[in-house]
Amino acid sequence: MNGAAGAWSGIVADPLLHLTVTLAAYGCALWAYRRSGRNPLLNPVLISIALVIAFLLITGTPYRTYFDGARFIHFLLGPATVALAIPLYRHFDLVRRSAPAIAVSLVAGSLTAASSAVLIGWLLGASPESLISLAPKSVTAPVAMGITQVLGGIPSLTAGLVILTGILGAMTGTLVLRLTRVRGDAATGLAIGTASHGIGTARALQISDTAGAFSGLAMGLNALLTAIVLPIVWKIFAGG
Amino acid sequence: MIFYLTAIFACQLAGEIFVALLGLPLPGPVVGMAILFVALLMKGSLSPALAAAGALLLDHLSLLFVPAGVGVIAHLALLQQDGIALAAALVVSTLLSIAITGFLMSRLGPPDGAAASREERH
Repeated sequence: MNGAAGAWSGIVADPLLHLTVTLAAYGCALWAYRRSGRNPLLNPVLISIALVIAFLLITGTPYRTYFDGARFIHFLLGPATVALAIPLYRHFDLVRRSAPAIAVSLVAGSLTAASSAVLIGWLLGASPESLISLAPKSVTAPVAMGITQVLGGIPSLTAGLVILTGILGAMTGTLVLRLTRVRGDAATGLAIGTASHGIGTARALQISDTAGAFSGLAMGLNALLTAIVLPIVWKIFAGG
Repeated sequence: MIFYLTAIFACQLAGEIFVALLGLPLPGPVVGMAILFVALLMKGSLSPALAAAGALLLDHLSLLFVPAGVGVIAHLALLQQDGIALAAALVVSTLLSIAITGFLMSRLGPPDGAAASREERH
């Protein structure tokens, strides 16, 4: 290896570069979000992703190389998901009093998310593989990809659709709820968490601890519900 | 703080083991969340140090989705097939499911007056 080129390829292979890029992109996104008066349309996840993608395209870095470094940040998603038990515990009284309402709303929202997506995709002529990959898009990524795998869809297409759904729900959630005159942080959190999983939950935590608690709960319950129900419903329709 | 961070990691580890042993269709961290929640219920109180460890992880939850989110570029070619159908399905179904879930919850659930007004401020 000679000189500068060798030094650069060494730096690219070092996790430090892509960790720094990720943090810097997030720092810029957070600045823009706060500067806008916390406008949800300037979603920090979306802006960070756009900035990192721009960096990768400019430097010609493959995604795999980037993720090799940035996976240390990705790894913390696991412990952060566990930590969602803390807001849930803080608001357990309200959760317990709301239990029947949570059950009804979550089942209705979960069925709506999957069935309306598949129906619209089918009406617009999407392929069967696309429809299968679309069905679990409101569920947290590892569960959604597992469901797609079992039903014969394309897991990596599901991964992309799950991320886009999360960002979309995080950006538009409070606007949709205001237009439908829904009030209350419990309803807001449950709605955003049911439709748009973890990325929605990150948005709900920006609203309040209560919204974060209900969103984290909705994410977990919707994953459980969809993983059990969707394969059964799909087999009934596909077999009939 | 270190003790409680260790406890959070241990809950995830227990969740991963539980899922692997029983072959559950759930991610380990989601089961880990349930384990920590049950542990808190049994203990009956939340220590400030655990709350601080949780805040460390949750204050910037958005950041943690960035590495996986950048992966959308790896799926762009797949997303282009059926692009219009997929885009329409995503937008309509996401907005509809937020509206329906929120509407039912706000009508059927108990009023959460104290928390209700906070969002209006932003």
